[in-house]
Amino acid sequence: MSADRPPKLSVRGVRKQFVSAKGGALPVIDDVSLDVQEGEFVAIVGPSGCGKSTLMNVIAGFERPDAGSVLLDGVPLAGPGPRGIVISQHGSVFPWLNVQQNLMFGLGDVHGADGGARAALADHYAAVVGLKGFESAYPHELSGGMLKRVELARALIVKPELLYLDEPFSALDALMNLRMRNELLRVLQEERHTVLLITHDVEEAVYMADRVLVLSPRPATIQASFEVTMPHPRRLGSPAAQVLREAILKELGL
Amino acid sequence: MRLSRAGLAGLVRRVLPPMAVMVAVVALWWWVVVRAESAIFPTPAAVVTGAWELVEDGTLWEHIRASLMRVGAGFGLAVLVGIPLGLWMGWVGAAYRTLNPIFQMLRPISPIAWIPLAILWFGVGDLSPIFLIFISSVFPLIVQTTSGVHTIDRRYLRAAANFGVSRAVLFRQVVIPAVLPEIIVGMRIGIGVAWLVVVAAEMIALRSGLGYLIMDSRNAGNRYDLVVAGMVIIGLIGLMLDGITRLLERLKTVRWRYVR
Repeated sequence: MSADRPPKLSVRGVRKQFVSAKGGALPVIDDVSLDVQEGEFVAIVGPSGCGKSTLMNVIAGFERPDAGSVLLDGVPLAGPGPRGIVISQHGSVFPWLNVQQNLMFGLGDVHGADGGARAALADHYAAVVGLKGFESAYPHELSGGMLKRVELARALIVKPELLYLDEPFSALDALMNLRMRNELLRVLQEERHTVLLITHDVEEAVYMADRVLVLSPRPATIQASFEVTMPHPRRLGSPAAQVLREAILKELGL
Repeated sequence: MRLSRAGLAGLVRRVLPPMAVMVAVVALWWWVVVRAESAIFPTPAAVVTGAWELVEDGTLWEHIRASLMRVGAGFGLAVLVGIPLGLWMGWVGAAYRTLNPIFQMLRPISPIAWIPLAILWFGVGDLSPIFLIFISSVFPLIVQTTSGVHTIDRRYLRAAANFGVSRAVLFRQVVIPAVLPEIIVGMRIGIGVAWLVVVAAEMIALRSGLGYLIMDSRNAGNRYDLVVAGMVIIGLIGLMLDGITRLLERLKTVRWRYVR
């Protein structure tokens, strides 16, 4: 890492607390620092309720930290924006727009000029995530897995510098969850992206990430860091993966 | 429209019971009138004959047209005012806090209570009923639209903020489509109230409209066959107006709200 090139994403000493119902301060994040390099896939695993989503909200710019800062390319983040797109558990595909209109959403005004080029780009990304033929379908006509694909394509089309995945597949059934992991890796092979994944699923992290950070229970701090050097496609049953999984689970107290 | 055998059976099952109830009501009415040997209250047959008279001399269409025109003008005005106002109040907290109390106070006042003021301000021409229809249908539109904005799922607003879209796109592609189902509910309530009110308003001092037809038939020689005919026609047209606004629920962009 050279000094003249700051990391893509840098989180410096972030703290965040909420006011509890009784009026007392409830620290949620306690001094978290981490770097994500360009093109890297970093996973953060932590127990439920440890403040993972709050951390993601701060990193994506939806909430301001009480202390510390979030830097993109060394520049402090001002707020949410298309440089870092969030995909979360429950999804936010617009139910009143069809697939193509959803994909074009981030590209600006559908009715504006150059609509043809935008539509063509949307159709291209629909094909990238395997939704060819569903461009004019409405979300209520699609399955949960397909909605995730719509959401992924809608994010990719704006060429975000960072992809923030907050428990992206945990609302899906187990089989679809596994299938979407592979889909995501396949898409990332076609288009290199910098990814920050937040999950409670250790196997998901081991399967996809280059580096796994373990969060402590609330207030969250980074407790351990693991490099994952296994080449893709990974086999979770392999001895190396098992050893890593055990080590991470041990950090989580299991 | 093509109907399969099962589709036809389903249609029969849906249509037959309400038809049976209507037939039963008409039969009961007929039976009671005949038994009571009432000189004034008409049998169903007398009502149909009376209505046919009005169809033949063309006055029925004039009354219907007059009533519908007043509803169209008053309700149209309410839509033009209520929807933008509701969107604004829903989006801007200060506007909501400032205007909501006065609207909540005006809303429960029966439109009928406004009749004296309407006559004072607008006389006895077309403007009075149009004003009354406006006042009665604008509040449901404002209230539904405002609450529609308030209940937009936060994740959609977050997504819009995340993609950094312009205000125009935010409104056109997120806020308005998200609120549209609520607006349609407001329109259904509004048109229902408007139709109630136009008849009441026309009973006062006009020379046309279905409300006028009812009052005039009673005053000019106790033509109760025409009174009842007017009532039945009002009911049928009300049903039709509701059916037309319900068609809006089939719009592709609001279907999401009614499935699942």
